[in-house]
Amino acid sequence: MKPSTLDHFLVGLSQQEYDLICNRLEREPNWLELSMFGVMWSEHCSYKNSRRLLKTLPVTGTHILQGPGENAGVVDIGEGLAVVMKVESHNHPSAVEPYQGAATGVGGIIRDIFTMGARPVALLNSLRFGELDNSRTRYLFENVVKGIGDYGNCMGIPTVGGEVYFDGHYRGNPLVNAMCAGVMRHEDIKYARASGSGNPVMLVGAATGRDGMGGAAFASVELTRESQERKSAVQVGDPFMEKLLLEACLELFKTDAVVAIQDLGAAGLTSSCCEMASRGNSGIAIDVLKVPRREENMTAVEVMLSESQERMLVVVGRGREKEVSKIFDKWGLHGTVIGEVTDDCLLTILEGSQVVAKLPARLLADEAPMFTRSSRKPEYIEEKTVFEMVEVAGGDMNSLLARLLQRPSIASKEWVYEQYDYMVRTGTVTGPGSDAAVIGLREAKKAIAFTIDGNSSYCYLDPFKGSAIAVAEAARNLVCSGAKPLAITDGLNFGSPEREEIFWQFEESIAGIAEACRVLETPVISGNVSFYNETEEGAIFPTPIIGMLGLIEDVSKTVRSHFKNEGDVIVLLGENTVELGGSEYLKMMAGDTLGKCPNIDLERERLLHTLCLEAINERLLTSAHDCSEGGLAIALAECCFFEGIGADITLRDTLRADALLFGEAQSRIVVSLDNSKLTRLEELSDNLDFPIEIIGRVGGDSLKIRIGGNEVISSPVREMEKHWREAVKCAVEY
Amino acid sequence: MKTAIIVFPGSNCDLDAFNAILQCGGEAEYVWHMERELEGFDAVILPGGFSYGDYLRCGAIARFSPIMEAVKKFADSGRPVLGICNGFQILTEAGLLPGTLLRNKNLKFICKGTFLKVESTCTPFTSMIEKGRILKIPVAHGDGNYFVDNSTLKDLEENNQIVFRYSSPNGDTSSLFNPNGSISNIAGVSNLRGNVLGMMPHPERVVNVLTGGTDGSFIFRSLFSMLEGVIASEAVNS
Repeated sequence: MKPSTLDHFLVGLSQQEYDLICNRLEREPNWLELSMFGVMWSEHCSYKNSRRLLKTLPVTGTHILQGPGENAGVVDIGEGLAVVMKVESHNHPSAVEPYQGAATGVGGIIRDIFTMGARPVALLNSLRFGELDNSRTRYLFENVVKGIGDYGNCMGIPTVGGEVYFDGHYRGNPLVNAMCAGVMRHEDIKYARASGSGNPVMLVGAATGRDGMGGAAFASVELTRESQERKSAVQVGDPFMEKLLLEACLELFKTDAVVAIQDLGAAGLTSSCCEMASRGNSGIAIDVLKVPRREENMTAVEVMLSESQERMLVVVGRGREKEVSKIFDKWGLHGTVIGEVTDDCLLTILEGSQVVAKLPARLLADEAPMFTRSSRKPEYIEEKTVFEMVEVAGGDMNSLLARLLQRPSIASKEWVYEQYDYMVRTGTVTGPGSDAAVIGLREAKKAIAFTIDGNSSYCYLDPFKGSAIAVAEAARNLVCSGAKPLAITDGLNFGSPEREEIFWQFEESIAGIAEACRVLETPVISGNVSFYNETEEGAIFPTPIIGMLGLIEDVSKTVRSHFKNEGDVIVLLGENTVELGGSEYLKMMAGDTLGKCPNIDLERERLLHTLCLEAINERLLTSAHDCSEGGLAIALAECCFFEGIGADITLRDTLRADALLFGEAQSRIVVSLDNSKLTRLEELSDNLDFPIEIIGRVGGDSLKIRIGGNEVISSPVREMEKHWREAVKCAVEY
Repeated sequence: MKTAIIVFPGSNCDLDAFNAILQCGGEAEYVWHMERELEGFDAVILPGGFSYGDYLRCGAIARFSPIMEAVKKFADSGRPVLGICNGFQILTEAGLLPGTLLRNKNLKFICKGTFLKVESTCTPFTSMIEKGRILKIPVAHGDGNYFVDNSTLKDLEENNQIVFRYSSPNGDTSSLFNPNGSISNIAGVSNLRGNVLGMMPHPERVVNVLTGGTDGSFIFRSLFSMLEGVIASEAVNS
């Protein structure tokens, strides 16, 4: 099986990469070996275009137990407890087969969490689609949501939060980023580091088939018309099998029989074997004939590259096989010994007694050549940002507000999250629909909070600021629930890194995330890079997604976003400035993403968080809600929903009315509180020298907003809420 | 006073049922589906989830689990059995409750808070609740559309077997407040004797003010108080 001189192109390697392989091996690789290099050195597995830049992200902190490099990151939350968290994209598969693509995205990220030894307790997701006026988009949207729901629901892990945005730039290339978090005790952490020469290597879970062949390589090129025919590159999910695997693994971890464990994701057996060997500074030898299969006549290449789901590779202590098998048998699973750990640092593949591949594990797993791509600021930026919008003369603000509330990107996502079980495990203190999801912990009176966030319109106009805002806003969401932000996981979705303009977006975005994470002290503990998100119509908006973990020391102090008590004072923390660039309002009026990205002052943002957290910690606030897409008016309207209480607002700013109502100036939070707590809040604000302003009172059944003596908004809450709740359902179903 | 929580492969509300029993002052123990005995238990809960992945049909495979013989005997002896969500589906498949559960009318999974009107207090699970009371208990299912033929429906009504109906917060049981298309807004039914109850909504999810309310505890407290009565009378008789 000698490869021809051109075969490296078939597996996606460049001439330069092929030469390097020959050089390092001091021979030509055979076809199986070449195929393994093809997947391991693909962008998806090797991060060859991003790794240099990713190294500039802050990844350490006193509370970080495990940063990037393992299956997921781990954060200390005190009292011996730790949270494991990661986000991962499944964009390409979802573009081709939305139901299975999204479902297996969820399945993959769940495995990453319990592989670390943690019980998964929360799922979140971040989705991007084209506008809903298109039947293909509606098909993608409906099936992605169903795929996510069916997998998570069956697993019994609550899907507690997420975000969905719609923009034409995602029409042919939707984004599906799934995030999972788990909880464990510090001492229960498991690593994917194979060690102990002679220890058996077991494969557990589903049998291996031809599904998902070369999925990693498929995800490392642009989507084309032909991609739609590549459904064989999409894996098929079986959440029931994964539920059995989850329970079996957690039961197995209670014994000390497990030396190392890793799930089989992209590049299947190839990646799990070589990564586990490389991390453990050892080798692994396996026999492909021992791998249980679900299809006949599979070749060694097919076995090694299959991305069949719901499989785990486990290294167990020698002599413990029976004990381990007993646990798997209980759960109706079959654990098969397929090989053993060696001390030669090689990945050896046998087919019966014949050696069919022999490669240095580290070369395959970690030594793909790194690229430094050249970058160039795209020309569109000047074009789009010089735009200045004339004020809508005498615009009817009530109808503008009503229209904005019905924009699918702003409207309630109830149609989506009602398809997700967000309550199972009964830890959900705050589910979807508030600023952050809050999960109470049975083990302590603490709660953990999660959010996932990203505004790609801002990133399109200014990827540095837009990405910094994504981090700032995620932190702000957590702060509104009373949680102190601790760490992030980042899902970086971009077009082709081989294009200079795209690589520039990527560089700027990383720099923005790094800066915000440093100032807000939220290191990056895990993440995912997804390049090549483009079709013949062009690239997606640069879309960094920030998943963030926060901690509430006393769960009874949790705050939600909506008004609760008639008569409460409404206070704006922060200041109103004119920021219409990149806003949903401007997009609605002009039909395009235009203007300058809103400004962000990270030091001020930090003060805002300190103020809000201190106020919540002293139990001053009844509600807290972040001002984001749609601006102050949308934030106030959202505060009125759920309890159905109105508000009477008077704004003294002298800005143009549309900017004041719908502009998206950063670092603002709307809070409500009892009048008796106001003095203390003002003291806190003075101490921090952070501006606050009393803007109104909770009460009545309408939202009324006056600017300079004129009533510009007067809308019944019930009516607004109906529009806001039903918009997405109407757009999808009618 | 010990409640058995049956665990099938794919059960995922077993933990919640276990915790709810504890939270309401009872004692609970997990029983793996391969067991064949229910000795020493005073009540049985079949929890929600996706037994066998809901493959073939919800509950259709779980009813063949070894433990189900024991559950049948337990039910036949008149002792209390509660099936929640997937547990309800298993009980109908096992023939312990009438009717069947079809796909939701909108063909989607539905997770949300619903209001239930208590229609019968002749079960051990509702004996302490006043008739007509409205309970706020959430649903989370894809196949909760309860169906029986018209003559069975008539029997259920006549025999007081309809235990809960979906309603408005004020007790209006019109189709406007029916989340899944269930016939006659039925959310829970009992067997003729009243000791076996199946319900799609999840009472075990609402036993804590921090996480959604406490209306579910009425059901578990009713059960405990009935069991205490039984234990007390057994003590007197012996």
